[in-house]
This record gives sequence, structure tokens and C-alpha cells, in this order.
Amino acid sequence: MPAKPIEIRTSPHLKRAMSVDRIMRSVVIALLPICAFSIYQFGLSALLLILTTTAVAMATEWLFARLSGQGNTLTDWSVVITGILLALTLPPGFPLWMAAVAAFVGVALGKALFGGLGFNVMNAALVGRAFVQAAFPVAITTWTPAFAPGRFTEVIPSTLTMPFMQPVPVADWIAGLQLDAWSGATPLALQKFQQIEPPVTEVFTGMIAGSAGETSALLILLCGLWLAFKRVLDWRIPVAVMAGAALTALPFWLLDSSANPSPGFVLFTGGLMLGAWFMASDLVGSPVTVSGMVIYGVFIGALTVIIRLFGGLVEGVMYAILLANAAAPLISSWTQPKVYGAVKQSRKVK
Amino acid sequence: MNFIPFHAGSRQRKLWQFHGGLHLPDEKTLSNTEPAAPLPLPSQLVIPLQQHIGTPARACVAVGDRVRTGQVIGEPQGPVSAPVHASTSGVVTAIEPRAVPHPSGLQAPCVIIDADGLDQWAELPPPIPAFKQTAADDLRQRIRQSGIVGMGGASFPADVKLAPGGEHPVETLIINGAECEPYITCDDRLMREHAADIIDGVHIMLHILDARRCLVGIEDNKPEAIAAMRQAVSAAGLERLIEVVCIPTLYPSGGEKQLIRILTGKEVPSHDIPARIGLLVQNVGTAMAVADAVLRGRPLIERLVTVSGRGVAHPRNFRVRIGTPAAALVAASGGYRPDQARLVIGGPMMGYAVESDAIPVTKSLNCVLALTSAESPDPGPAQPCIRCGRCAEVCPARLLPQQLYWHARAKDLDKVQDYNLFDCIECGCCALVCPSHIPLVQYYRYAKTESWAREREKQAAEHARQRHAAREARLQRLERERQARLRQKKAAAPAKATAAGAKAGARTGAKTGAVAGTKTASQHADRQAAIEAARKRAAERRQAKAATADPAASPPPTANAGQETNAGETR
Amino acid sequence: MLIPIAAIAALASLFGLLLGYSAIRFRVEGDPIADQIDALLPQSQCGQCGYPGCRPYAEAVAAGEAEINGCAPGGEATMLALADLLGREPVEVDAQAAPPAMVAIVDEQACIGCTKCLQACPVDAIVGAAKQLHGIIASECTGCGLCIDPCPVDCIHLEPVPETTATWKWPYPVPRPTRQPVNQSANPSGQWQPQAAVPDVGPPDDAHRPAA
Repeated sequence: MPAKPIEIRTSPHLKRAMSVDRIMRSVVIALLPICAFSIYQFGLSALLLILTTTAVAMATEWLFARLSGQGNTLTDWSVVITGILLALTLPPGFPLWMAAVAAFVGVALGKALFGGLGFNVMNAALVGRAFVQAAFPVAITTWTPAFAPGRFTEVIPSTLTMPFMQPVPVADWIAGLQLDAWSGATPLALQKFQQIEPPVTEVFTGMIAGSAGETSALLILLCGLWLAFKRVLDWRIPVAVMAGAALTALPFWLLDSSANPSPGFVLFTGGLMLGAWFMASDLVGSPVTVSGMVIYGVFIGALTVIIRLFGGLVEGVMYAILLANAAAPLISSWTQPKVYGAVKQSRKVK
Repeated sequence: MNFIPFHAGSRQRKLWQFHGGLHLPDEKTLSNTEPAAPLPLPSQLVIPLQQHIGTPARACVAVGDRVRTGQVIGEPQGPVSAPVHASTSGVVTAIEPRAVPHPSGLQAPCVIIDADGLDQWAELPPPIPAFKQTAADDLRQRIRQSGIVGMGGASFPADVKLAPGGEHPVETLIINGAECEPYITCDDRLMREHAADIIDGVHIMLHILDARRCLVGIEDNKPEAIAAMRQAVSAAGLERLIEVVCIPTLYPSGGEKQLIRILTGKEVPSHDIPARIGLLVQNVGTAMAVADAVLRGRPLIERLVTVSGRGVAHPRNFRVRIGTPAAALVAASGGYRPDQARLVIGGPMMGYAVESDAIPVTKSLNCVLALTSAESPDPGPAQPCIRCGRCAEVCPARLLPQQLYWHARAKDLDKVQDYNLFDCIECGCCALVCPSHIPLVQYYRYAKTESWAREREKQAAEHARQRHAAREARLQRLERERQARLRQKKAAAPAKATAAGAKAGARTGAKTGAVAGTKTASQHADRQAAIEAARKRAAERRQAKAATADPAASPPPTANAGQETNAGETR
Repeated sequence: MLIPIAAIAALASLFGLLLGYSAIRFRVEGDPIADQIDALLPQSQCGQCGYPGCRPYAEAVAAGEAEINGCAPGGEATMLALADLLGREPVEVDAQAAPPAMVAIVDEQACIGCTKCLQACPVDAIVGAAKQLHGIIASECTGCGLCIDPCPVDCIHLEPVPETTATWKWPYPVPRPTRQPVNQSANPSGQWQPQAAVPDVGPPDDAHRPAA
């Protein structure tokens, strides 16, 4: 008599504590204060920027999921993170149509073409940003001052550039605002090209110009710590990134503190904080082993500083993370843990 | 993380940590508050002939036989095997495949006994109270006769495990009372109620192994069991030999390799057994069974089973005869609650869900779990792996579950073994923490069983190749011999060379006492007719088959023709 | 203009000679490829590939005369193994998965003891003698089916080898359509469906409750 085949149900038979969408939702929640600060700092333009990239990223994800028959993948919230993160790395006055291109390219090239969530090699938001960095080098390095008066009633002129048009030069608009001499330039650019180092306290709290969401190191640190506390991200990666950056900057600063930035300045300027806590720690692109995570983090930190100090670019976080993403599988395979009871290489006992 | 020693209890014994692990809600108090109740004898027992790892036992009773409690009904086959005993007196009503506790839900040969309710014991082997003066081999023989297998779940024959061979003497016997899986409390109750017997069993095993010491590892969520065991050790005056160690509660501390790590800091070499490093682990239930067998001559016919989960009315432990249907246990626990959703055999982390409770209790079945959908919700469809690495963090074998998953998913059985698949203990930690709810353990089990099956196929193919080659060689030899004979015949009498001789030579079968002389002509004609008829039918069937392309088996020929065909001789 | 041409020509002939020399000098007398192919075949000797046994098929594949998808019992797995070994592109296999293992059964009522099947069996798995009932040694039978056709009374048939708890394999987890509502059971009818062997699906509340 043939036995009735049964439906196989595998152990464990207990409730799962975590789920992908809960993790992703937590990250989105952690990003919200940063968005709020960005809007407070840069006004309507930042708001429009965040909304644009998020909406385009979601639409792209939906489209590709539909084309590949994956069903509705928006429910895992991961693409919302991509959209928000992308906006936070762009200059606040970045033309919206270019931001839309970045979001589309990031999700399509950086994620969907690899097979969607979990299969992408690199951080999708940074892929999008790298694309527009190459495509629109001027627009992406055009910074506008923070706390411009009237920022909640009017947008930065370049924001509403018509598609496929060059953005309106903002120099006149900035001149019209009549602000301090260095308010419009980012601290990194000031340091690199004019050897002016703004006070660390100001860069730490974010009362400066910069990309939409990267200015307040303090706020990013707090939000990141909350995620680490909730065990959504692994604290080792951001800590390793920061350590790698600070330790690499330290000898150069000691050698020539007038030409080279201090470790504190390195840590709290540019996208390092945002990159360390929200992009380097991206689960998909980082190594899976603990020692691999540390190597990966230090690599990102060190590379960022090296690009900043010796490269032609002002900022190096993006390329450092993309490179490290590409190296992550290699790092993982280098740092395989020793399996329980793994037979040691036969050591001769004398 | 690995070599952080800490001190537990007043004994100041140094303990170690294993990698990973999980703190789980232990749910022990659901079922451990009441003493284990003896379950009334059921009217029918279903006793599987294989309740151990190794060769199944062969039934040595026939349908209709009257058996008594403790009588051998299945004899062990080969060295790694165990006998099976009647758990009560009664009549053997069938020996047939029945559903057994197995994740496949398949049936396996069982002896079915209709109990007579008298529970008359068979004549038992004499007790050996002076075991210290008895040779280890005799005691092992007694353990084998008593059908004792590892009761922690692996069900490896205990006598084989207790004979680890000369080159690796066992220095330390480890008794596993950790019981780290949530819900299960049968070892807890056993230690509380039968600590003295367990210690007797430990003492016997120490004597068999000639081991110097014994460590009993018990998780610190079972203080009563620890106290009872410590008291039993002092009562027996064995403090110098046996130490009861309180270990921190962390799943899966009850895994053999993990417990060894916690207690000794050593790691069992991959693909090897603990005896390699002078250790041997036995479950507390096994120790109890050894004491029963040696000191009382009683074979292993009953055990403690936990019935728990919020899906039963009254979770508790029972003392159960082997072969009792799980349904009787559930009924004795007050039956299912309406929100019961899933029936699991074993613990919630490593057990398997079964479709029906019409399965018998076996020697290694420790828990029947009726879980509600709140306790054991459907995790939903698996989502893509986001490479978070949580699985690697909790893996007690320090594996990379994620890499195993990718390769098992790709059905790359070589690669998955490169990542040490066979060091996986299937504890389920990785699957529990996986935010994508991927059924990781099932992937590993799939890869393991598939690898074993491939290995079996390879061996079978090799075997077939050898047989084929031997046959080819034989046929060639026969052909040569035939040619040689032909040449001889040609040389002797060229005219007489006929094909008949060749035919006879080609036939391989031995001649079977030809009795052609006794056959009458009419019988011969009948036989020919029958064969012709059979051939015709066969041809028709083939035609019909070809016409309909129906793969269904053809109906057997009529008995009449077949009997005639077999009755006499044909040419 | 002439110098580069001459140089290139000289280089080409030099390397050509070097290659030719190495081919002769360093020729590897490895495990003949036919042996390696034979080792991957299931050795059922069934002849379904059109060759009289596994070894001849292996030799044909090694010689490039046969396709690598000829082995029916081996199915896709064998084809992939062969493609891997020979560095060839995988080709379509007719049957998707390898057919289940089969064993031949003799109908004892019908057997006339003609010994034809004994001669057909490639692995000597049938015992018997002329005018005696033939029996099949199940553990030796490869399920090739070569004994079926020679039988004049059609008394042999193949049956799948019964699955036991010892040979049972955990099924490959069947990916469910992702992102369906969590509370929707994949198997609402409570009937077992071949493709419904999915992990971690709780049964519908009532259909599967064991009788208490």
C-alpha cells in the first residue's frame, strides 16, 4: 500500500523574530530625522528632491519587478531606502530631472538588472549617484548655502530645470543672498582648495553647506546608533569605516596640519558619516564574515581619505564604498571562519 | 569570543562557550510541573522493527503468536543493530508496514500486538547487581540484548557506542542532561524522579568504559534536576567520579559537540567521533535504561515522553510503553485545543511536523508537540536573501549558512560540501533568525540526503559495472570454449557438427534433472498449447499497449494457464 | 615594411614549431576519456542510448560519435556531468528529471522458465534454469528493462523501487510565489498536490487535525 505523501514542513517551528520588511522599515524610520533636518536646512528644494528620487526609484522597481514577474516587490521597503539615500547624497539644488535619472539608473542598473533585492553587488543609490556624477559633473558639484532665507517659500533656481536643459547658474542667486564668504562652499572644498578648515563643531552639527542629507554628522550618528541598537545594522562596519578614515588621516595631519585635515574634520565632513552608517553597512553589499566586515570598513575609510587627499575629487566616500562593494565577495572568501572541529593542519609534535 | 571562561555555581568549574547559539523562550514550565504519569496500557501497540540507526531488526515472532512483556520480537541483524521487545503481553496480530515517526510520513515494518491487558512479563535475564565484578563485554552484551539505543534522538545502538575501540580510550564520560530545546521536559522530569537510577547507569557505563570521570551537563533552567542529581551523586558516594555541572541556558547546548565544547573546551574533529578526543556522550535517558537493563534485567520497553504545546489541553510528561500511539498520549493530555495547528515530533527547533498522530512512540521519541498557529505561525513565502549574515552569527558550528544556502539552492552538491555541509547539526538557529524566512534547514537536509543518495547510486553503478564486466568476461570465455569444441568436433567428425551442440554450450544454466521420459505425449501437447496461448496473449497485449500507448501494466495471465505452464516440462 | 612581416612570420613559425614539439613531447597519457565517461554513467546497461551497454556508449561519446544526452536513466544530472567533464555545452534532455529507479518483477504465475531473460540481463541479476521459475535479485537489478522484450510470455514488468525511510530524501524546497499574503495557505484544499511539497506551511486549521 503506498504511503500517503505528506506536505513537508521543516523545522524550526517557532515564530521568526525578524523579517526583511521590518529591517527595511526600521532603516526608513531612521532616515526620516535626517530628511527632516535636510528640509529644515535647505527648504523646499530638499523636500522636492527626496520626493522625486523616492518616487522614481519606487516606480522603477515596480516596473522591473513587473517585467521580470517577481510580483510586487515594493512591500519589502528596500527601494524606499535607495530613493531616500540617493536624495540625501545629492546637492540640495540638484535639478530634479537629473535626480530622476539618477534614481532610475540606480534602481535599474544597480539593482534590477542583477535580479533585485539581495542580488545586487553594489549599493543601488550610489550606482545612481556615480552615474550622474559622470553625466552631470557640474550640477553635482554645485552647492548652495544652508539656511538660505526664504527657503521654505521658494526653491533653489536650479531645482526646477527643465528636462535635458542645463541648470540655471546659481552664482547670482547665491550672491543675492548676501551670506558669509564660505557659506556656499562645502567644508571639504574649502579645506582642499583654500586650506580653510571650518570649525569641527559646526561641521559636526551640520550648520554648513553640503549634500542634502550629509551635513549633520551628529544626527546621522544618532540615527545610526539607534539602528545598531535595534540590531538592524552591524555596528562593526560603520565603526571600522570611521576608524579607518581617522587612522589614515592622522599621520598626514601630524606631518602637516596646515595642509591636511584633522581626523575629526575628516570624520564629520562630506558623506563619510552617512556613507558609513547607511551605505557601507548595507547588508547586501557587505561581507558576511565578522572579520571581513572589519576589513571592508577599514578599507572604505582609508580609501575615502586617500581619495580626498590625493585624488582630483573633493569627496571619495562614494567610490570607496562602490569599490569595497565589489571587493566584498572576495573579502568574504578570504575570511572564512574556522568550522567547529575543523581538522588543523597536522602539526608535528616533537 | 571563543575562549572566554566563566564560572558557574559553587564548583568553580571552568566552562567554555560555543560560537553562536540563541536564547529562546524555553516554555519548560508548561509541562514540567507535574510528575510523569504512567499512561494506561493501550489496547494495541505498534512496534517498529527499526528504532535505531543501522540494520533493521528482523521479526522473530509470527502472526498469532502470544508474546509476553519484555520478550524479544525482533532480532538484531549485524553489528550495528538493536533488538526490539514486546512492550506488553498480548497476541501478534500483524507484521506489516505502518506509519512510523519519520519526516517522510512513510510506512515501515512494524509488529502489531493486541494487548491482553495482563502485562505478563517474560522471563528476564538475571540482574547483575555486582556489575563491578563483571567483564565489560558481558555488560555490553546485556545492553545490546536489552535493545538500548541513544535516547537523546540519534538512537545509535548504545552497546556499539560504548565500545569505542582500543586506540582511543575514553577518559571522560559526558552525560547530556542539557535538554536545550524549548518545550521538552522529559529529561528534566527523569532527572528529578530517577536521579539515583541515572547515577547507577552512569556508574555502570564508567565501569564499561574504564573512564576516569563523568561530567553531567544540565542547563541552569533546571535547578531541581541539578539538585536531585547532585544529591544522588553524594548518596551514591561517587563525588570523586561524577560531577554535575550547571551550564548556562543557550540553545543548542545539548548538541553533542556543543556540550563537549562547553564542558571541556575541546572540539570534536570534523567528520569524527568524540571518542577520538577521549570523550563519549550519552543521554540521561540512556543511562537510566542501562541501569534498568543491568540491575533489573529489564529491556528498553518504556520511556518518558513530553506532551506539550498550547495546542493540547493539559501538557505534561508520561511514562509510556514503546509502541503506544501518539494519539493516546494526546488524549491523555486532554486532547487538542481548537486552535491547535501543527503537530510536531521532537522539539520545535529540530523536530518534524507530522500529518497524523497515528504513529507509535519509539525509543527515541521524546516529545509530542501540539502547537497553535500563534506559537508556530506560517513564516510566509521565502524572500530573497539580503546577506545580512545573521545566520553565520548564530551558527554553533561556525559555518556560513548563507553560502551553504546558495550552493544547495543551485543544487551544487560538491560546492556545498566544500562549505562543510556535513558539519551542520541542523539545529535551526540560522533558519529562525533569517529575516527572509528562507527554509535553510530544509535546503541543508535536501543537500545532505541528496548527497547520500548520489553516493548510494554511485556505489550501485560501480557494482553493476563489475557484474556486467564479469558477465562479459564469462560470455567471452564460453564463446571461446564453444569455438574450441567446434574445432575439435570438426576435426573428429566434420559431418556431425550441428547447431544443437552450440546451443547447448551457450546455455549457462545448470541442467535441472531432466525427466523428459516421464512425460506423455498428450501432456506435451497441452503444454505446447498453453505456451502458444500465453505467447498469443502476450503478443496481443503488446499490440494493445502499442495502440493505446498506455503504460499501465498488463493484466496477469489466468492462473490456469500459468499453473499448467509451470507444472511440467517444456522444450 | 618587409622587416615586420618577416618578423611576424618568423615568430609565427617559431611558436608553431614550439607548439608542435610540445604536443609530442608533453603528451599526457591520462586516464582515457572513455573511462572517465564510463565512470559517470549509471551502469544500468540498458541500451536506451542505442549502444549495447554503458561502456560502448562511453566510447562513442569519447570518440565524438554520440551526443551527451543519450543516457535516459542518468537524465539531466548525467548529461550535466558529461558536459562538465568534456567541456561541452549542455544539451536538452528529453526527460526532465532522471526517471525513478526501477526494479524488474517476474510474474511467477506466467513464467515458463525459458531462460531468455537470463541471457538478456546485463548484470546477471536473474537466477533460474531452464523450465524453472526465474527470480530476480532485486538488489542487483538495475531496472534496465532489457529482460522484458525477450520474454515470450510477457511475464516481466518494471516497478519503481519502493521508497523507504532509509532511502527517502528531503525534497528540494519549492519556492512559493513570493509576496503572497502570509495568511493564505498554499494548500487550501487539504489535498496533497505533487508541487505542494512546500516548507513551513501550516495546514488549514481543520483539514489536517489528527483525530484525537
